[in-house]
Amino acid sequence: MKANYGYMDGSGEYYITIDTDHCNNCSHHGCITGCPKGMFQVITDDYDDEVAEIKEEFRKKIKYDCADCKPTTDRPPLPCQAACTPGAITHSW
Amino acid sequence: MITAGIDMGARSIRVLILKDGEVLARGESTAGFDTAESAELAFNEALEKAGITKDQLDKIVATGAGRESAPQATDTVTDVGAAARGAHEVAPQARTIIDIGAEEGRAIKTNGNGKVMDFAVNEKCAAGAGSFTEAMSRALEVELEEFGALSLESTESIPMNAQCAVFAESEVVSLLHAKTPKQDIARAVHDAIADRIVSMVRRVGIEPEIALIGAVSRNPGFVDALKRGLERDVIIPDDAEFVGALGAALVATDE
Amino acid sequence: MAEKEFWRWKEYNWHDENIDWHGCDAITAGVDVGSVSSQAVILVDGKLYAFATTRTGSDSPKSAQKAMDWALEDTGMTLDDIHYKVGTGYGRVNVPFADRAITEIACHARGGNFMYGNSVRTILDMGGQDCKAIHCDERGKVTNFLMNDKCAAGTGRGMEVFANLLSVPIEDIGELSFQVEKEPEPVSSTCVVFAKTEASALLRKGWPKNKVIAAYCNAMAHRVVTLLERIGVEKDFAITGGIGKNIGVVRRIEKELGITALKADGDTQTAGALGAALFGKALLEKSRK
Ligand code: SF4
Ligand code: SF4
Repeated sequence: MKANYGYMDGSGEYYITIDTDHCNNCSHHGCITGCPKGMFQVITDDYDDEVAEIKEEFRKKIKYDCADCKPTTDRPPLPCQAACTPGAITHSW
Repeated sequence: MITAGIDMGARSIRVLILKDGEVLARGESTAGFDTAESAELAFNEALEKAGITKDQLDKIVATGAGRESAPQATDTVTDVGAAARGAHEVAPQARTIIDIGAEEGRAIKTNGNGKVMDFAVNEKCAAGAGSFTEAMSRALEVELEEFGALSLESTESIPMNAQCAVFAESEVVSLLHAKTPKQDIARAVHDAIADRIVSMVRRVGIEPEIALIGAVSRNPGFVDALKRGLERDVIIPDDAEFVGALGAALVATDE
Repeated sequence: MAEKEFWRWKEYNWHDENIDWHGCDAITAGVDVGSVSSQAVILVDGKLYAFATTRTGSDSPKSAQKAMDWALEDTGMTLDDIHYKVGTGYGRVNVPFADRAITEIACHARGGNFMYGNSVRTILDMGGQDCKAIHCDERGKVTNFLMNDKCAAGTGRGMEVFANLLSVPIEDIGELSFQVEKEPEPVSSTCVVFAKTEASALLRKGWPKNKVIAAYCNAMAHRVVTLLERIGVEKDFAITGGIGKNIGVVRRIEKELGITALKADGDTQTAGALGAALFGKALLEKSRK
């Protein structure tokens, strides 16, 4: 499943997409420790699979919470993406 | 040399006339339905105060969101360019400039000579600019002028969940119904907007010194929240809302 | 400030008199506590038996109880007769009698699959305060989804702001939006706050109300289509939720996508609760194995 967390407002689209099919075979859950804001958690989803998700309290403000990782110039690799070796995480902005 | 800068903001239009680097006069009007007409009002006010006629102006540069619709202007400069140039004049030590207008917020990093190195913008969403505070003061039924001071009286910081100006309005109304003191709500509103501005500033990097310009700098509640968020002091120049117009007038002189 | 009644509908309940639930093997229920309305659905051996739709009050547990009580009314059934209960929606963790909570996205997909048939792939749910786009497979399992509950644009709330500005009853918006000579360009600001300013300017410029309404419905449809594009629109396509009843927005979405949305027999607002009850049935079977 592709789970898109975030929002679209007048200024743009801000979604973090987690391809949860990749989470199934992941045992180290790098996303949890990789994100300096602690935005990820691993849960058992509605289909009883162990998957990563963005915590509820971050979903309406990810543009602001991710701002530190996304300087306007010379953007380094995002810590969440670097930590997720199966490559499940993508950002729309 | 006499030049004029016109800042065509979404809500207000501001005009500033410079003579050999000295401010001769300022003019201001509310941006109405016909912005060209509103610009004319502010422009004529400034001319009158300066005691000159339009023909005596060597150059007129417009800036702001509506800069293309200023009929008097002979040239234009971007908001970012004007803010950086103007801020360099009034707060030369500043390397980071925060400019908050009614509909947009901007963070600009300069090289110390008024040259723009980098910038970030919050736009097209009322939650990230001055409109947010305006809408909330309306919901609270407090005059905008008193709204900022009110939040300084707050004793408790409460979070706001809504990240949208429309939903936040309902949240403010339910907080009121729940008998939350108005000053605490006011503080929550200012903290929320300051949070969003601070994260934008972080994207360009926070370099001391920091100058705050634009009309929102008049709001002590916002300034207080911003300082707490940045964990630093900010410089607020005199006539902070005219810095854009000043920048445009200076650009006119430079060229 | 106008109090928020985003979408007007009647509170009502229904049950199938022809079904005798006594001695049935699997009785399951789903309760969907949304921010504006709450629904309860009861299934008897996988068949729709009863449902109710009510307004959500300030307290989720009470709203869940109210919806459930309404669905049970005149059925002779009590809560204890129900073998498995699932809570969903925004207040799902606060449904006191639920055996399990399932997200509204998963329930919506499952309910949509039941309501529209298993050919449905894309479901758009436009509620009073949010908008969801779901892509699902033939079993009603979610394959891709997104939700937007941060921004009022594209939700019933945004429409309400407009209806208030124009002093038009919200239920008339759809019809009025077609009473224009020519379809106007959409309102250019997405943000409801700025769109309001824009609309006021259009009115002052002499635009008739209906034209402004059309321009806003157009903008709203376009926005929703943009959201849908993120998950990819595939046929069959269905629209549920409060705005799903606003033809001014729905027809424009269909036009922009070039796809006609499926029609359902039942009340599409119950899709989430229905899905929850279906999850309940599957979970019940699993627990009995
Ligand atoms: S970009 Fe940074 S803050 Fe955002 S999710 Fe990734 S690691 Fe976390
Ligand atoms: S409606 Fe709300 S979230 Fe959407 S753009 Fe406007 S202020 Fe921002």
